[in-house]
This record gives sequence, C-alpha cells and structure tokens, in this order.
Amino acid sequence: MAQTAQAAQAAQEHGFLSPTGVEIAFLLVGLVTLGAAVVTVTTRQLVHAALWLVVALGGLAVEYLLLTAEFIAWVQVLIYVGSVVVLLLFGLMLTKAPIGRSPDTDSANRPVALAVALAAAAALVWVVVDAFRTTWIDLDGAVQGSTEVTGSILFRHWVLPFEALSVLLLAALVGAIVLSRKKKEGER
Amino acid sequence: MTTTTLAVLVPLLPFLGAAAGLLLGRTAPGFVRPLAVLPTLAAAVLAVLVAVRQGGGKAIDAATQLTPTGSVPIDLALHVDGFAALVAVLVGVVATCVQVYSTGYLREDPRYPSYAALVSLFTAAMLLVVYSGDLMVLLVGWEVMGICSYFLVGHYWETPEARSASLKAFLVTKLGDVPFLIGLFALAVDAGTFRITGVLGAVATGGLDHPTPIALLLLAGVAGKSAQFPLHTWLPDAMAGPTPVSALIHAATMVAAGIYFTARLLPVFAASAAAMTVLAVMAAITMVGSALAALAQDDIKRVLAYSTIGQLGYMAGALAVGDRGAAVFHLLSHAAFKALLFLAAGAVIHAAGTNSLTAMSRMSGLARRVPDAYWTTTVALLALAAIPPFAGFFSKEAVLVAAEHTALGDRTVAPAGAGWTVLVAGLLTALLTAAYALRLWLRAFRGRGAEAPDHGRQPIAMTSVLWVLAVPSLGFGLTVRHLPDWFDGHDLAPTLVTTVLGTGLAVAGAAVTYAVWRTLAVRALTAPAAAAVPTPHVAHPDADAGLVEAEALHLPHPAEDPADPGRALLGPLHRPAADGFHLDAAYRAAFVRPVRAAASLVRFLDREVVDTYVRGAAGSAKGLGWLVRRAQTGNVQTYLSALLAGSVVLAIAAVALANAVAGA
Amino acid sequence: MHLAYPAVLAALLFCTGLYGVLARRNAILVLMSVELMLNAVNLNLVAFDVWLRDALHAGQALTLFTIAVAAAEIGIGLAIVLMVHRNRGTSDVDRLRETAEHPHEDPDTDPHEDPDTAPHAHAGPHDEKAEAAA
Repeated sequence: MAQTAQAAQAAQEHGFLSPTGVEIAFLLVGLVTLGAAVVTVTTRQLVHAALWLVVALGGLAVEYLLLTAEFIAWVQVLIYVGSVVVLLLFGLMLTKAPIGRSPDTDSANRPVALAVALAAAAALVWVVVDAFRTTWIDLDGAVQGSTEVTGSILFRHWVLPFEALSVLLLAALVGAIVLSRKKKEGER
Repeated sequence: MTTTTLAVLVPLLPFLGAAAGLLLGRTAPGFVRPLAVLPTLAAAVLAVLVAVRQGGGKAIDAATQLTPTGSVPIDLALHVDGFAALVAVLVGVVATCVQVYSTGYLREDPRYPSYAALVSLFTAAMLLVVYSGDLMVLLVGWEVMGICSYFLVGHYWETPEARSASLKAFLVTKLGDVPFLIGLFALAVDAGTFRITGVLGAVATGGLDHPTPIALLLLAGVAGKSAQFPLHTWLPDAMAGPTPVSALIHAATMVAAGIYFTARLLPVFAASAAAMTVLAVMAAITMVGSALAALAQDDIKRVLAYSTIGQLGYMAGALAVGDRGAAVFHLLSHAAFKALLFLAAGAVIHAAGTNSLTAMSRMSGLARRVPDAYWTTTVALLALAAIPPFAGFFSKEAVLVAAEHTALGDRTVAPAGAGWTVLVAGLLTALLTAAYALRLWLRAFRGRGAEAPDHGRQPIAMTSVLWVLAVPSLGFGLTVRHLPDWFDGHDLAPTLVTTVLGTGLAVAGAAVTYAVWRTLAVRALTAPAAAAVPTPHVAHPDADAGLVEAEALHLPHPAEDPADPGRALLGPLHRPAADGFHLDAAYRAAFVRPVRAAASLVRFLDREVVDTYVRGAAGSAKGLGWLVRRAQTGNVQTYLSALLAGSVVLAIAAVALANAVAGA
Repeated sequence: MHLAYPAVLAALLFCTGLYGVLARRNAILVLMSVELMLNAVNLNLVAFDVWLRDALHAGQALTLFTIAVAAAEIGIGLAIVLMVHRNRGTSDVDRLRETAEHPHEDPDTDPHEDPDTAPHAHAGPHDEKAEAAA
C-alpha cells in the first residue's frame, strides 16, 4: 500500500510522459528492439531473420539493464543470444533452409495474421496504457536485480522450483536427443 | 354332486380337455383322440344330467364373486333355466358327434391335435355362454368363440381361400362385437348389474332408461355372430374350414350364440318396439335373400351355409315377434338336422372328390357309394324343407304360428307390422327352402353320367354319427307337447292354417323344382355334348377325407350348367344370387376402398410430408456438417488464427463491458 | 520511469511475435516468433517486479524459469522440426495438413482403397522442397 501511494505521488510529481534520461534511453532501445522484432517476422531471408532476432533479444537485455535487473540481462545474453539463436541457426541449416531471399516465407494466412495481430496490439496497448499511464517505477535506491540479490532469493526461496526445473531440462535434453538422432537401417 | 357343481363341470371339462390336448399334442399323440372325445362326451352326459335335474322347473342361480370390480360388480354366475339346460344338451351332443366324426374325417391330418383342442375350446366357450348368468362372463365365452372360429376356419391355411375366410370371419364378427360391447356396458349402467337376473328384473320394473339404443347396439353383435343381414357374409366363406368345423359352427356354437343371447335377454329387446321392428326386417331380408342365394350356389357346402343363414333368419323372426320358445325350439331342431347335413356333406365330398354340385350331377350312383350319407341327408333335407313329421316342420310351424298370432293381434309382445313381415317372409322362404333342398338332393344323388369312383366304405366313426343325428332330425318334433314346460309355457303346437300354408308352399316349391329338373334333364339327354366336358377332380381321391376336401377347395367350379334347375327357376336373378347379391362387392366399394384410399393417403402423408421433415432434419445436419468440414483445413495456423481472433474479441468485449459498467 | 513504457513495449513485442507465429511458413521462423512472445512476457515480469519491489522477487525468478523452459522448448521444438523435415521433406507448417478434411474423398471409404492419390500427396511436397533446396 505504501508503495502504491508512493508511486502515485511520484507519478504526480513527474507527470505524464515527462521524459527523464532513463526513459529516453529506454524508448530508443525499445524502438530498436521492436524494429528488429518486426524485421525478424517479416524478412524473406531466413538467416537474416535469425540475426535480427539476435538484435531484438540483445535490445531486450539492455532494457533489463535499464530496469536494474542486471542478472537477468546477462542470462538473457548468455542463453538467448548465445545458445538459442545458435540452435536456431543450426536448425535452419539442418533443414536445408535456402540461403538468400526465398519467395515463400509467408503463408497464405498472412492477412488474417496481420489483422489478428493489429487487433490484439490495439486492444493490449489500449488496456495497458489505460491502466498504467500514471504508474511510476522508482528505479532509485538499492539495485533490485543484482546478481547477489537474485542468487540469494533463488537459492533461499525458490530452491525447490529451481531443482524441479533442472529435472525438466534433463528430460528435454533426453527427449531432444531421442527425437533428433538418426535411425539405423532396419530399426523402426 | 349338486346340480350346480355338475353345471360348473360342463364347460370346465372341454376346457381342461383343450388345455391338455394342446399340452400333450406333440409329446403323447396316443392321448389326443381320447382327450378330444372323452371330455366332450362327459360334458354332454353331464349336460343331460343337469337338464334332467333342472327339469324345466325353477331356474338354478348361483354366483360367486372372486374380487370386487368397482361400481358394477362382475360375478362368476350360473343361470340354468329350461333354455340353458336344453341348449347345453344340444351343444354337448353335437360337439361330441363332431369330435367323433373328426377322428375319422381328419384321421391323417398332421394338425389334428391342435384342431381337436380348438374344437374342445370352442365347445367350452359355447357352454360357458349358455350357462353363464353374468353378461361379462358370457362375453368371455363369446370372444373365445370368435378366436376359435378364426383358427378353425383357417385350418387349411395353406390355401388362400381359407386364410381370407378366417380373417373375414374374425373381422366381420368383431365388427358386430364392438357395438355389442358398448351395448353391454350401457345395459349394465342402466340396470346397475351385469347379472342376467338383475337385468331382467330391472327391465320388468321399467328400470331401463335407453332401451332402444341398447337393443340396437346388442343387435349388431347378434347379427355378427348369428350371421344376419348385413353381417352374414362371413358364413358362406367360412366353408373353407373343414366340414366338421362347419357343422359345429352352424349347428351348435357360434351362430347359435347370437340367437340364444337374444332369447335370454328378450325382455330387453321387447322393451323397444323399434328394435323389434328392426329385428323383424333384418330377419325377413336374411331369410328371403339367403334362400335365393342358396338356390344359385354350386358348392354343396355353400348351399348349406346359405340355408343356415335362412334358418337363423327364422329364429330371429321368432324373436322379433317375441316368442323365444319358438326360436329356441327351431334352434334345437335346426342344430340337429344342419349338423347332420354338414357331416353327411363331408362324406359326400369325400366320395365324389369334388364339392361342386354340377360335377356331382354328372356322375351316377353316388347314392350307392355313400348309402348312410344318402339316407341321412334325405331325412335332414326333409326336415329342412319342413315336411311333416320331421323335426323342422314342428319348429318352423311354431315360428309361423307366433308370427301369425302377432300379425293378427293375438299377441302383443311385438308390433303387428313385425308379425306380418316375419309371416310373409317365412312363408316365401318355406317355398324357396323346399326348392333348394330338392335341388341339392337331385343334383347330388340323381346325377347322370359316368359312374362315381369307389373309395370303399366310410369309417365307422363317420357313418355312425350320421345315424345318431338322424334320430332327432326325425323325431324331435314329437316332443312338441312337452317343450312348453321347459320354455315360457305357451303352446308350440302347429295350427291348421299355418300348417296348410307352410306345407302347401313347400310342396309346391318342391314340385316346381322337380318338374323343371325333369324337363332340363330330358333336354340334356337329347344334347349330350354338355356331358362330354371333363369334370375337374382332386389329385388324391383315395386320401383322407379332410385332405380331399382341402384339395377340393382349389378346384375350379365348372361353367354354368344349363341343366341346373336353380338357374331356370331364378332366371335373371341367378347371377346376383350366386354372388350373394353382390354384397361383398358393395362392402368392397363402401368400406374396403375408402379405407384403402385413406390408408394410401396416410401413407402419402407419412412418406411425403412427415418424412420430409425427417429428411430435412437429417439434411440440415448433414449440410451443417459439410460447412464445418470446410473449416477443417488441417492448417494449424488457421486454427490458431481463429482461436486468437476469438480471444481478442472476447477480451475487447470484456473490457468494453467493464468500462460500460464502470461508466454507468 | 513510467511503467507504461515497458508495458507497451512488451505488448507490441508480443503482437509482433503473434503475427510471426500466424504468418510464417517455416517452422523454425515460427519458433523464433514464439521466442519473441516469451521475451515480451519476460519483459513484463521484470518491469512489474521492479515496480512492485517484491520481497521474494517472484517476477525475476519466474523470468529465469521462463528462460530455462524456453531453452528446453527450443531444443525439443527443433528436434521435432528436424524429424518432420526428415520424414516429410518439408518444415513448412501449412503443408503438414494430414488432419484436413479432403473434399473429394468420401470419409466413409477406406483411404487405402485409392492407391494412386496417397503416395502422390507425399511425393509432391518432397519434390518441391528438393527443388527449392537445390
């Protein structure tokens, strides 16, 4: 409650869309991220899509940093940019994806997809702006997402889900190996 | 044993015999014949014993109530008066004769066990009707007879004639039974009881509110059962059954039930002058029409069937003039000679190998082949033609005397118009009866042509029964002085006027027939071409009598024989009379065709209208399914698009609704 | 900082990913779009966690879990795509339509009754794909 009151007071102090330095940085990086994401889903070159995805995910990592969640930002860079995109590139190569522009990257469903996406965007943005236009995040004070803080809460309060997640990862690992290994001749 | 116990045993014994016969028919064929004959014989003996003990005195009444049955109680009641006692004796004796005769007649029939059991059941049902003192219990016997007649007439169900005849018999009698049932209910509501004594008591004290509708409704049932115009058409067709069954139906059971029922409840009918007039007109039309039809028939059994209808007309006429003594008297004597005629006809058909009178008239010496049948038929035909001193003379005179008394106003039970109707029709019928009786005798036994085939002696079981029945046909009339003690008490003896009129007309009819026959026979001799036509014959003339008859049903009847005296006598009336005055065709046009048209209309409505809705329901479901199938493209992205679009629409709707609620 | 900025950015990223999922043919591109959507959710989680100053930092913990699950998902997903590609010769999602209702076939008849159409349906995309790869 106290936080909410404080935030409301801060919002009153700062007013609507009163740009601070962090906000301007956030906005610019956000634009880059969004643009990269849009290019990712629209480009006709498959490998380019993967590379633009790197830009978008990296931009998100910067946004995490601006939101003082530094550990998550590094994890984002490590896992997504480092491994997921590499995996995707491997996948593209293994499925013999064409290098260069391919004419049929979009399916016939494209107009419908566009309509649904725009409608969803309009609805979500409207609702979100309507709900949070005066809400203020106080980024001053102690850093909330430092490695120390995150490590401490993760291994103090979230140990059990963390261990369960490791089992899930192991299962996924085994599943992926079983699915993707080549069958020997005569084996079904 | 008390008389009541004996009387209860009389219907019970044939019933138990029927049940045992049906149960043991397949497993123990040796018991079938004793089980068929002995219970019926015992019932006949017990019926005689009951009659002797009752002696025409006060009626025996006994009743027991099994369970309360609501507003109008139904009792297991017994009511044995003089009528019941004598009719029961008649039923027992004729049924015994039929059972004995059947052992010879259907000796090798594979369905004999069920046949014998059904005959026993038939007998039991008739005895129940005769002895019952409660109208509901009487109705049970009445309906059991209906179903038994259906099965027995359809005994040769392999032939289409028998199948349709059994159906017709069942349906036509049921057509009368529906109003009969309603009439019984109306009567019970008016009288407050189903007991016959109670009903008669209510009538005597003027307790009936609606006598005319009740009497007319009951008359419909009586007309159906007793084959009176216009519901008589089933009886000639019922000849498709075996001959003993015809004898049983025509003499002792079924047709007698209607007359007997009317006799029992005569005060109810007499309470309505309209009902008596209707009954008289019905009887008159039946008598004259059936006598004309009998004169034109070629099938020997159909001649006898129409003659039965005519004699039942006499009984109905006697009831129409309010004399139930005369009616039951004629019922008794008619039963004796008509049973004899049928059983003898069975023997004749067996010997001749055909049931066609024309075919018989082209063989000589048939009388020598079946001397017992010949002599007993002669006696029975004389009784039928009411020649003194045979039984039929006395009973028919009793009817005519009653009619004459009513017509002249000496009796006031019935309107004088009814008396005149019955008297004139009765005298006319007497003339015609003698004519067709003589025609039957001449055509069957005085034929000229090839020698009749010799199949050896008839079984003793068949011939002995004929002589047993010949005795009452010959001498029953002599009891006329004692019968009034058993009946209502008034005299049944013939009077001079009716004797002279009736006998004179009968003799005149016979004489004219004989003269015509002689003339035609001489003419036929001079033109022998007609005799050269080969007569159709059954395939197995030496087989069992029942089989011969079943095969004779198939035989085509020869073309019109110019030597037939009936044809010459009837002139232009011959063809309609041979067809039963086209009554069946009239019924076909009046009832069958509209019903069929209605059925086809219903069929059309069902097929084209109702089914359209059904087909439309199926078609619309199929079309909707087709539309939904179009949506199944197999493309996951399409499904997902639809899913997410739906989610967006729902979300927007929810937000808009929340805003609207918040704004309001 | 206003909460609206990260929230709107997350919403737009999510819708971009949504468009990609619905519009892209290649299964690997679809998987990339899914990653975008997951990241949009992650951004939301982090922003709200920071705003609410949650003592347990549930938002950040959940973000870490999401990243891990996403990694697992991409591994399994790619394995499936590889297998499909190996078996069917294509990884285009709109060509994998075996569950579709075939308008010219009576649904009651046994599909094995018509030996001509079934192998052809499998061979067609394979050939196309082979041409495209070449």
